[in-house]
Amino acid sequence: MVGFGRWSAKTVALAGMVAAWAVGGSALTPARADGTGSATLDAAIKRGLVQCGVSGQVPGFSLPDSQGVMRGLDADTCRAITAAALGDANKVKFVPTTAQNRFTALQSGEIDVLSRSTTWTLGREGNLGLEFAWVNYYDGTGFLVKKSSGVKAAKDMDGATICVQPGTSTELAIQDYYRLHNMKFTPILIQELSEIQAAFLSGRCDAYSTDASALATFRFSQGPKAADLVLLPDIISKEPLGVMVRKGDDKWFDLVRWTFAAMIIAEEKGITQANIDTFADSKDPDIRRLLGLEGDMGKALGLDNRFAYNVIKAVGNLGEMWDRNITPMGVPRGINNIWTHGGLQYAPPMR
Amino acid sequence: MSDRTQPPAGLVGPIPWLRKNLFGSWISTAITLLLIYLIAKIVIALFAWGVVNAIWRVPYNQNGIAQTAICQDAKGLGACWAVIGDKYRLILFGRFPYDEQWRPAIVVVLFVALFVLSTIKAVWRKGIVSPAVRYIALAGAGLILLDNLAGLLETIAAVGFGQHLPLPFDLLAILNTVGKCLLIAGLLLLWPAIGVWVGTLALILVLMFGGILGLAPVAVDYWGGLPITLILATFGLAFAFPIAVLVALGRRSTQLPAVKMLCVVYVELIRGVPLISVLFMASVMFPLFMPPGINVDKLLRAQIAVILFAAAYLAEVVRGGLQALPKGQTEAADAMGLSYWQKTAFIILPQALRLVIPPLVNTFIGFFKDTSLVLIIGLFDLLTMGKIALSDPPWQSFSTEVYITLAAIYIVFCYGMSRYSRGLEQELNKARGR
Repeated sequence: MVGFGRWSAKTVALAGMVAAWAVGGSALTPARADGTGSATLDAAIKRGLVQCGVSGQVPGFSLPDSQGVMRGLDADTCRAITAAALGDANKVKFVPTTAQNRFTALQSGEIDVLSRSTTWTLGREGNLGLEFAWVNYYDGTGFLVKKSSGVKAAKDMDGATICVQPGTSTELAIQDYYRLHNMKFTPILIQELSEIQAAFLSGRCDAYSTDASALATFRFSQGPKAADLVLLPDIISKEPLGVMVRKGDDKWFDLVRWTFAAMIIAEEKGITQANIDTFADSKDPDIRRLLGLEGDMGKALGLDNRFAYNVIKAVGNLGEMWDRNITPMGVPRGINNIWTHGGLQYAPPMR
Repeated sequence: MSDRTQPPAGLVGPIPWLRKNLFGSWISTAITLLLIYLIAKIVIALFAWGVVNAIWRVPYNQNGIAQTAICQDAKGLGACWAVIGDKYRLILFGRFPYDEQWRPAIVVVLFVALFVLSTIKAVWRKGIVSPAVRYIALAGAGLILLDNLAGLLETIAAVGFGQHLPLPFDLLAILNTVGKCLLIAGLLLLWPAIGVWVGTLALILVLMFGGILGLAPVAVDYWGGLPITLILATFGLAFAFPIAVLVALGRRSTQLPAVKMLCVVYVELIRGVPLISVLFMASVMFPLFMPPGINVDKLLRAQIAVILFAAAYLAEVVRGGLQALPKGQTEAADAMGLSYWQKTAFIILPQALRLVIPPLVNTFIGFFKDTSLVLIIGLFDLLTMGKIALSDPPWQSFSTEVYITLAAIYIVFCYGMSRYSRGLEQELNKARGR
């Protein structure tokens, strides 16, 4: 049995060595709360990073460009919040999340804020231990049809076949709408985006339904053929897409909310990323408070007084964010404009 | 030795072969001609689409947005390879910082080199077996374990009691690195193949993570594309295989009923659920059970899920090989007085494993492709990066070109695996052919 002993000792030692290597990275990193102000903000400052959950797959909202840099409205929202929290928009870490794991990621602290085109509903706010800080896009379910079909409104579409992605809120919205109006429709459920679009273009279904923003983007991507497609005027559901934070960290909630307010006030006052420095000697008290030249607005939130300046310098005002990300998709601003231009984005005064 | 008589002229060579096999009767002549016509037609059409009428470049407007109108016009007539030109780095390397993408590029090269090196027989020979070398490797492992032990204690103290331990963590981290170097050096000398594998995989992790040697740290969330696919598949199978062998042996054990029970439960439990649900548990359920503030890395979670899954399937393949061996082999080994481990290592496993090379490689190839399921937990592998590249509005309608490219990459790796396995089979089963 001598041979056995020698062999086994060596084997066990080698197995142990490899196992030691396997756990060598020490995957567990404990976070330590200091217990002052916002726990989320403290952790972000300590880390030097704000972890922001995005989709990473939706053009106009969050999608890596050819260089791998995350672009879009949701991505810029993350940058704005990071600029407010840490003073530097580059200290953001984009964490791709899926429709399934997004809430878990926020609940478990894997991300600090979720900016992933998430519809603000009572169920989500009531059940998940999470809350919506602001709406960065007011969307709704719409229909895209071919011009040749002659359909002018959703009520013309009794008995239509409609292409929908399964498991989305769109599917539920259409069901509700057709039930309410006592009409019938045949859903064609296709998971893959490119396939659903090909099915619609080839005439497998009479209409393609999803969020109006995505429909407008798809229509726009058709180039010269866009004129053959009509986006129906009916928007059959409300889809306010919001930014979520964990409940129980009110200071962090305030930070996210007032980041948006600052961008809206900047647009009201005509302050842009490019011209912000020319307002340094402004006499307007609102502008002076916004830019941290007087009052202790930032301090009240537990931030630098120049937090709004940092936000605007990094991503511009709300309108610039829209123009950079959504306008190229061919979507008109409509109700997403600020209130002075007939939209819904209204900021409480900063004083 | 007598001179072999050549068959009469007109019975060997390509022309008689053609006459015999393709133009033997009027039916087979007709079918041959029809097939030649069809193949020629398809090849010409593909060539016209993929090369002659293909569009390789599109103009960009002043905002850097691709103007794909010429590609839209050519749709159906010619391929739009411009989409690959625009997106290949995104597809291959994901969101890895653009200026640092030479790192994942080297990682891919390292993986390929590792696979090629592993096919060379000399690498698998035994190295220098001496106590000194063994002690070097053991000392290295000891240093690594020491650091991990300290880290574990610190984690327990921090999470459980909110205390910090007065331990020299900087020194321990340095000792850990020294330990890793010693371990690799020792392994290289002991068993070159294992040393090469451990060393290369360590180098790959260093390149991907960064943070030392002046490399900028890159979080796992920024990894994507081909390296994710290769890491999940290679690490997954490399760790799963030894586990699989142990589980297969355990399941056939006659003297350890508890171990046998455990192995049966493990295999049946894992085989009973889809990989997606295991990944889903790892990403959605697992974090909820952890104490607040502790996050186990997403990639690590997925990697462990893949290892556990692959091990269960491989274990059954290995067990198939064990079953196939005649009982006489075991009895003969017993008669020679070999211990259980000697018998298993030198008599049973070498024969059993060479019997199951085809199903083993089958499982390997299957798992290489299954890694794309990690999409559902927010990790973007090669296939998913292709889809993301296709989400960009100007390029949305050119999925054929992207999927053809992705298929080509998958075929290169999978076909490479199957070629290697055929070579291995012929090499190892020479005895049977005689």
